[in-house]
Amino acid sequence: MGLWRKIMRTGRVAEPAPARVPGEAPSKAAELAGSVQIRHVDAGSCNGCEVEISSAFGPVYDAERYGARMVASPRHADALLVTGPVTRNMEMALRRAYDAVPEPRLVIALGDCARDCGVFAGAYGVAGAVSDVVPVDVEVPGCPPEPEAIVAAVRRLTGR
Amino acid sequence: MVTGALGTGLQVIAVALGSPLLVGVMRQVRARLEGRAGPGIGQPWRDLRKLLRKEPIAAHGTGWPFRAAPLLVAGTALVVAAVVPLVTTVSPLDGVADLFAVTALLALGSVALALGALDTGTAFGGMGASREMAVLALVEPTILVSVFALSIRVGSTSLGQIVTATVEDPLAVVSPASVLAAVALAIVTIAETGRIPVDNPATHLELTMIHEAMVLEYAGPDLALVEWASAMRLSIFLGLLSSLFFPVGIATAGAGVLAVLLSVLVLVGKVAILGVLLAAGEVFMAKLRLFRVPELLAGSFLLALLAVAASFFLA
Repeated sequence: MGLWRKIMRTGRVAEPAPARVPGEAPSKAAELAGSVQIRHVDAGSCNGCEVEISSAFGPVYDAERYGARMVASPRHADALLVTGPVTRNMEMALRRAYDAVPEPRLVIALGDCARDCGVFAGAYGVAGAVSDVVPVDVEVPGCPPEPEAIVAAVRRLTGR
Repeated sequence: MVTGALGTGLQVIAVALGSPLLVGVMRQVRARLEGRAGPGIGQPWRDLRKLLRKEPIAAHGTGWPFRAAPLLVAGTALVVAAVVPLVTTVSPLDGVADLFAVTALLALGSVALALGALDTGTAFGGMGASREMAVLALVEPTILVSVFALSIRVGSTSLGQIVTATVEDPLAVVSPASVLAAVALAIVTIAETGRIPVDNPATHLELTMIHEAMVLEYAGPDLALVEWASAMRLSIFLGLLSSLFFPVGIATAGAGVLAVLLSVLVLVGKVAILGVLLAAGEVFMAKLRLFRVPELLAGSFLLALLAVAASFFLA
């Protein structure tokens, strides 16, 4: 009963959906037609981006309302959400995860590290940016990117 | 007879088209209670439409059990949707499949999926398969025994006759045997359809998965079939629960076309209400530890056994 009262008192937490940011959607995204399953791959991130991803999919920003959903397997996915510079240990794992995704597949490079290795550029354990390992379709800048930016990138894929 | 065939056709169509919407409604209810906006009730259909257009991938090293499993699980769900009394009790297929056949068909789908999961040879596939079998071994006898409690009154294992008897004498449901059977059947429905507290359909944690761990390797159209089938099984179980214990509005022998159409609407309403209750209940519950699940299911089996005993001694 305590939880029920809390639910009633809190009501809706999700903020009203912001207007769509105009931007070019990747051509493959049109085939997905409002439903994008996303597999998150941590290729060597500091977990700053992960905190922002979980708030983007949390109650306040609610990325799920635009038709995106996080899934447990790359086989179920349409898009890989890659964070962090690709470390030597994760290079092969990222390639294999990409190969496991059925076509049409997309890759989102999330955060400065994923785009150009960020502060880890040139470090001995870093194999390169995400685009050096797999083709990238969407980039989200920021260290870490704000949830609004993540939601906007997801909406470019779902088209909603 | 014509209305029986019409009712059967309509009930297959209703289950096939409506079950993804039921999943959508349940996700939406959950989202609203969590303070989220939710993707809308049409999202499962959008997901299925997209999955059907995607490239089919068979995991490396898999054989025919992996490929046959989605077809078998969807096929058995469709057959069960045709033979159980959801819209009409006078289905022309009623003589084909009684309680035993329905339970066996549902088990066949689960076993096919478990074999498909074993065929992938991955750690999670095998783990999910072994867990699903452990749950299945406790669920199937409970379904049988709890419906026995109702069939003793009627003297038949035909689901159509059991429901007909309840329609003719609705107050017969208000007996200790029926109440015990209803609770037992509700618990196994939750377990068999992989809902909280037995399994969490939205989890990403492979170590806690049961049903989801088995389907990790499926992609594209195969995954669409598996997800569609599990949605159909959920609506069949909820529909059966409502038909057995609250068969209001179901079309019986001699019903007209209008009654059959009305019965479809009543079925949709009843299943939607049960689905909303189930989804709302899930918000208040955490998943049980895996080692506690057999205790819950053994408890439900005990209730079913008590229901049978009560139907002998109290009725």
